[in-house]
Amino acid sequence: MSRSRNTSRLRTLVLVVAVVLATGVPARAEPVAVQRVTAAGIDAWLVEDHANPLITVHVAFRGGAAADPDGKEGLARMAAALLTEGAGPFGSQEFQLRLEDLAVRLNAAADLDAVSVTLQTLRDVHEEAFLLLRLALTEPRFDAEPVARVRSQMQAAVRRARESPGAETSRAFYATLFPDHPYGRPARGTEVSLATINTTDLRDFVERRLAQDAMVIGVVGAVTPDELKPLLEDTFAALPARAAPIEVPSVKPAADGDTIVVERPFPQSTIAFGQPGVTRDDPDYYAAQVVNHVLGGGSFVSRLFQQVREERGLAYSIYSSLVPFDHSALLLGRASTANAQAGDTIALIRQEWQRMAEHGLTPEEVAEAKTYLTGSFPLNFTSSDRIAGILAAMQHLDLGIDYLQRRNTLVEAVTLEQANRVARELLRPKQLTMVVLGQPEGLDASP
Amino acid sequence: MVMPIMPCAKASLRILILSLAAALWWWDARAQVFEPDTFTLDNGLRVVVVSDHRVPVVTHMVWYGVGAAHEPPGLSGIAHFLEHMMFKGTETVEPGVFSREVARIGGRENAFTSYDFTGYFQTVSRDYLEMVMRLEADRMTNLTITPEQVEVERQVILEERRQRVDNNPPAILAELADAALFLNAPYRRPVIGWEHEIEAISRDDLLAFYRDWYSPANAVLVVVGDITADDLRPMAERHYGIIPSGDVPAWQFPQEPPHAGPRHAELFDERVQEPVWSRTYLVPSYRSGVSAGEAAASERLAYPLQVAVRILGGGPTSRLYQRLVVQDGLAVTAGAFYSPTVLGPARFVVHARPRPGVTLEQIEAAVEAVLAEILDSGFTEVEVDRAKRRLLADAVFARDSADTAAQVLGQTLAIGLSVEDVEAWPERIGRVTLEEAGAALGVVIDRNRSVTTWLRPASGSAAAL
Repeated sequence: MSRSRNTSRLRTLVLVVAVVLATGVPARAEPVAVQRVTAAGIDAWLVEDHANPLITVHVAFRGGAAADPDGKEGLARMAAALLTEGAGPFGSQEFQLRLEDLAVRLNAAADLDAVSVTLQTLRDVHEEAFLLLRLALTEPRFDAEPVARVRSQMQAAVRRARESPGAETSRAFYATLFPDHPYGRPARGTEVSLATINTTDLRDFVERRLAQDAMVIGVVGAVTPDELKPLLEDTFAALPARAAPIEVPSVKPAADGDTIVVERPFPQSTIAFGQPGVTRDDPDYYAAQVVNHVLGGGSFVSRLFQQVREERGLAYSIYSSLVPFDHSALLLGRASTANAQAGDTIALIRQEWQRMAEHGLTPEEVAEAKTYLTGSFPLNFTSSDRIAGILAAMQHLDLGIDYLQRRNTLVEAVTLEQANRVARELLRPKQLTMVVLGQPEGLDASP
Repeated sequence: MVMPIMPCAKASLRILILSLAAALWWWDARAQVFEPDTFTLDNGLRVVVVSDHRVPVVTHMVWYGVGAAHEPPGLSGIAHFLEHMMFKGTETVEPGVFSREVARIGGRENAFTSYDFTGYFQTVSRDYLEMVMRLEADRMTNLTITPEQVEVERQVILEERRQRVDNNPPAILAELADAALFLNAPYRRPVIGWEHEIEAISRDDLLAFYRDWYSPANAVLVVVGDITADDLRPMAERHYGIIPSGDVPAWQFPQEPPHAGPRHAELFDERVQEPVWSRTYLVPSYRSGVSAGEAAASERLAYPLQVAVRILGGGPTSRLYQRLVVQDGLAVTAGAFYSPTVLGPARFVVHARPRPGVTLEQIEAAVEAVLAEILDSGFTEVEVDRAKRRLLADAVFARDSADTAAQVLGQTLAIGLSVEDVEAWPERIGRVTLEEAGAALGVVIDRNRSVTTWLRPASGSAAAL
């Protein structure tokens, strides 16, 4: 029954928080207790947990692949990949061997709006682990061999993405909805752009972007606040105080209701659909979550799932999702169906969009969406890496340290009237844009 | 950019270097992994409980000891098809009610089918454990299926096959390779089934398969989260305990005959952009072997093999990555993997992607040179210690995730191993010696028991895109 969700392009920090914080608690209590720990001006949010001898850290820096300079697409991801390929006195192999010997998991990644570095270590060796984290953030070497190697790996990934219908559909979808904006460029770069990225670009990236005022830190595990303070100071005080400004303008998605076909020799059409969404700070955000849950959100009972899959067997996976970015917002979705059924499937999706925009939700649907969103919230707190990611996202989005206590109250406050007003205002059948990759049949280009 | 090293960091650098020598001590102190409680109901249902009270959530899973390997000839895909039909209602619960109830309380649910087992799970607030237990127990014995439901779901499954396989050239090649590698074991058929056989599966076939295999005596219940065995037991008795035990069909895993020669499978596809070389060796698993003696020997070999595969192809410090990717610059990636938690023979996979301008023949020669060097000279003490430490640390990391605990315990018990096998894993890995790790690889690296695959772009296609 499993449903795959291809969110490769969409896994922004903001999406994580959107899904995580949206799918989710009984109002009675916060699922975990969060405390603020400060040392030398470095703030971290901590969930202390001594059940296992592990410490997990999630560090995020505002500004991701969307802030890559024109022509240097892929810079944020390439720099992130190289942070653990040699730093301080250690060359690439020496650095990797140290991680391996200490069983430390240290990874860095970039999405559109943030660069994230995660550390997971056994408590016994946590001082060494934090030192390696500090070296990665402040003294990455960018030696010639790892730079050439990572570039060739990323160029291969660009080519490989072209054989993946999911990745290709995402690329075309974002290029369509954000034609003149960094969100429309491939975060992984192009073969050409990756070839132009040099050591100076990488060093500049680290100096300009990995700075204290752009940084948020979440920590989970077997560490007390008093133990954490010197670690924060030793690890992060050496970072520059201020990041260079991020020059990514706010943008409205260019959704005009077209159906765009990308011809590829696949037997199944991959359909990405979307329209403008709701930003994370919009007062209607929680009502929009209710609307999306009923339309195509995370369960087997949504209208799209019922109509497209359960009633007609047209697709294995179909869903919709609210994706708020730092500088825009989408309501998007995905489905895949045999080429011959592409026209019918798209018509059905448009019909459900229209039906909800016109007639809204039933009282029962709104009530059940609210109990879903509140009841599933604690399910996001079942592993340290997920909790650390939530702690970082709460800070990135300025939700406040008491957010976990307030969140379900915000969901419960959504009324039927508000949900129906938001359904009317949010759902724009005439703007719902489709990108179809494959050899689709039965398409009526005009909706 | 070079930042000055902070004074405190210099001290830490010293600690870092010292600790490498000292780091050996911590693995043997942590022999236990999940510390589960177990009991068995009168009808034969085995129950495993892992208490984790950090958040008020439980994961509830039922694992059946049946999967694609158990399918009758001509009905490939029926285990997976049945898994889909398990969401369609019962004599007492209307279609759609189960999923609606789970969604209403904010639960997450899903199911999965493999060769050796089929699993169903819900993750819910602790308060709703009994509710999902009632529903899961109900569909263990009361499933109903209408012909209309079968026809709609058949279309869903065909779409799933298109999505997973037909739209995905590497998956098409994997089906070819499995059919070539396994001469007799049912692992030669895809779990999702061949399209023409999915088309032919009937409602009666599904119900017969369900009646044969879905029963308490052929199931394992795994509950992980904010619950104790004492609290769980009466609940399990109430809902699962009332189901008749059921007879598990007598069934033997169809074993492999001797393999006389190596196999090769290749796919030239216009959609492929990046060539891939891989080779899969058939090797012992925890459970493989025709006789009891062979099975015991297989199990013993499975531990050194896990150490060996880590050194050979586990991550950027491995022999394959070092040689092919870093030193010789032939490959973009290279690695190896092996999982022994299967009923039949296991796959030991070695793979690499060439850099532009490098041929698959060159990759093959380079991989074979790495293997030959190990077969000739074995591993080093440092490599074996490092691999063992990393594996043992993985066991500690695994305790942090409720999902991982449920997966590992369920899978292990579903293939007939015990909780003790899971808990003793760190100790058994810890005991692997330098000689055993090298020798294990020597025993299993046999070209005659392998398939080599080449995935290549059909000529000119890259330019056409």
